[in-house]
Amino acid sequence: MIILENVHFAYDGIYTALQGVSLQIGDGERVAIMGTNGAGKTTLVKQLNGLLRPHRGRVFLDGVDTKRYSVAELAREIGLVMQNPDHQLFLDSVEKEILFGLKQLGFSSEDARVRCEKTLSNLGLEHLSERSPFTLSGGERKRVALASVLATEPRVLVLDEPTIGQDAKQKENLAQMLQDLNEKGRTVIVVTHDIEFVIENFPRTIAMANGTIVADGPTNSVLSNDDVIVRCSLTAPQLTIAARSIHSVFPEVPERLTLLSNLEGEIVRVLRGV
Amino acid sequence: MPLIEFQDFSFKYYGADFLALKKVNLTINEGEYVIITGPSGCGKTTLCRTINGLVPQFHRGYIAGNVIVDGMNTREHTVAEMATIAGLVFQQPENQLVTLNVEKEIAFGPENLGVDPVEVRRRVEELISLLDLEHLRDKHPHEMSGGEQQRVAIASTLALKPKILVADEPTSNLDPKSAELILDIISKLNKRDMTVILVEHRLDLVSKDASRIVLMDRGRIVADGSPREILVMDLCQEIGVGVPKATLVYKSLRKRGIDLESVPLTGEELANLVKEAA
Ligand SMILES: Nc1ncnc2c1ncn2[C@@H]1O[C@H](COP(=O)(O)OP(=O)(O)OP(=O)(O)O)[C@@H](O)[C@H]1O
Ligand SMILES: Nc1ncnc2c1ncn2[C@@H]1O[C@H](COP(=O)(O)OP(=O)(O)OP(=O)(O)O)[C@@H](O)[C@H]1O
Ligand SMILES: [Mg+2]
Ligand SMILES: [Mg+2]
Repeated sequence: MIILENVHFAYDGIYTALQGVSLQIGDGERVAIMGTNGAGKTTLVKQLNGLLRPHRGRVFLDGVDTKRYSVAELAREIGLVMQNPDHQLFLDSVEKEILFGLKQLGFSSEDARVRCEKTLSNLGLEHLSERSPFTLSGGERKRVALASVLATEPRVLVLDEPTIGQDAKQKENLAQMLQDLNEKGRTVIVVTHDIEFVIENFPRTIAMANGTIVADGPTNSVLSNDDVIVRCSLTAPQLTIAARSIHSVFPEVPERLTLLSNLEGEIVRVLRGV
Repeated sequence: MPLIEFQDFSFKYYGADFLALKKVNLTINEGEYVIITGPSGCGKTTLCRTINGLVPQFHRGYIAGNVIVDGMNTREHTVAEMATIAGLVFQQPENQLVTLNVEKEIAFGPENLGVDPVEVRRRVEELISLLDLEHLRDKHPHEMSGGEQQRVAIASTLALKPKILVADEPTSNLDPKSAELILDIISKLNKRDMTVILVEHRLDLVSKDASRIVLMDRGRIVADGSPREILVMDLCQEIGVGVPKATLVYKSLRKRGIDLESVPLTGEELANLVKEAA
């Protein structure tokens, strides 16, 4: 269980990035954090693994104030993939990069090798294992950063903008991996602007603006609240826009449809007149 | 004469054991808005770097064939000479930002090109207001959020007033509202006179603005046509292109024997087609 209690944070004392954030995330949850550029999402998730420490307020992991733990200790429990992979990758081969994290956490060489191979293949990186991360494409580099954390299967996974630079297929692979880890009991927290990725994979959404939490609840209700959409600089996804507009003429079509198969079914009903 | 012409162009990065671009032939005319898309690693960024001369002037390697941009062969002209013609927004905005604050960052490009200081000021102020950067004016580019950096990177490229804007996933870090804002600005500039080449995975946001989509896979161009032609192709899903949901609904309706009048690219278009058909 993670608890943030009234967390405040200001970079160099001037820019107030977090202004009293409180939240609770239970073991095994899947939570998405969305919201305006500069809202404080990255600043918030860095509080979780101790990369940044609150200036006021507290962060608890399983009831213990995390100020008692070093970053290295927190890293055993909480794995963070940073928004910019360049801040995370530093070794001269993809394989070394993945093995390094595993060894840090005490996995045996044999176990580390197996995990490394499996993760690289799940993320479509197997052909790149010998390459230097610095010669990879943007999307490939992001996947290496993801692999280095996913391979260790930490109890709490925190992914900052994991879908940046990913094509539709890679996004599906990633969603599948997150689902598998979640089924094994891992908590999954993502920060993302990709509203469809959230609707399809995360039952709970926290929406932020100006260093505060504007809404926190079931994804469907948070993301269909017009006030939240406007305040947190979100936009409705295509299917919702279509459903609303069709609903205005055919009130029998629900206006909150977010899944393709549902909307398709309703359109067939409207057009066939059944 | 076309504005950009790839003639059987191939490129292999120094030290790599495969071609990042394989015999690419591509012609782009003045005023077009072209989306380049395709799976991660297929060569989109390499293609962008080729248009502004970073390949082969900065990224060295094996080349075959030619790229002619506005009459200049990129083999023979420096990146600086290419800069007013083709302005590149980098995929990773942080790598593009080089100065100490946002104002200086936006002024940096035109100043280096010798643009008159009064005109430079005018462009800086215009872009700060257009891209909603007032509150960031004095901030250090490396002390900003990812989306803020991306907006600044876009502003500094636009400050060059390039004839061709080459933007490599310019919305990847933007919240949905500012993605919309930036894409609207780009679309307006395109309607005025700027040729736009935009790399994007999120086709739901941009397809409506573009005149053309070029689909790449493994270093090759595998399809090239209008958005409505390209996005209904099964090839898109096969190679992992993010087809807009409205277009996917159209495709599955067609499988069930329902043919809508045309191919929708947005939610509104889909709704209107359904209303007309009913
Ligand atoms: N290193 C830094 N120094 C000073 N201010 C910073 C620094 N990093 C971020 N900020 C500021 O703190 C605020 C919150 O930034 P943060 O990176 O947490 O936003 P975010 O919600 O992750 O945004 P984005 O969606 O753009 O990634 C922003 O106003 C930003 O300008
Ligand atoms: N500097 C480099 N040295 C060697 N190989 C490189 C270099 N940069 C890119 N590559 C390789 O060239 C291929 C094309 O890379 P490019 O960056 O053009 O892909 P992309 O389509 O932009 O991918 P993404 O969507 O992930 O950004 C990839 O396989 C990549 O690994
Ligand atoms: Mg961020
Ligand atoms: Mg790229």
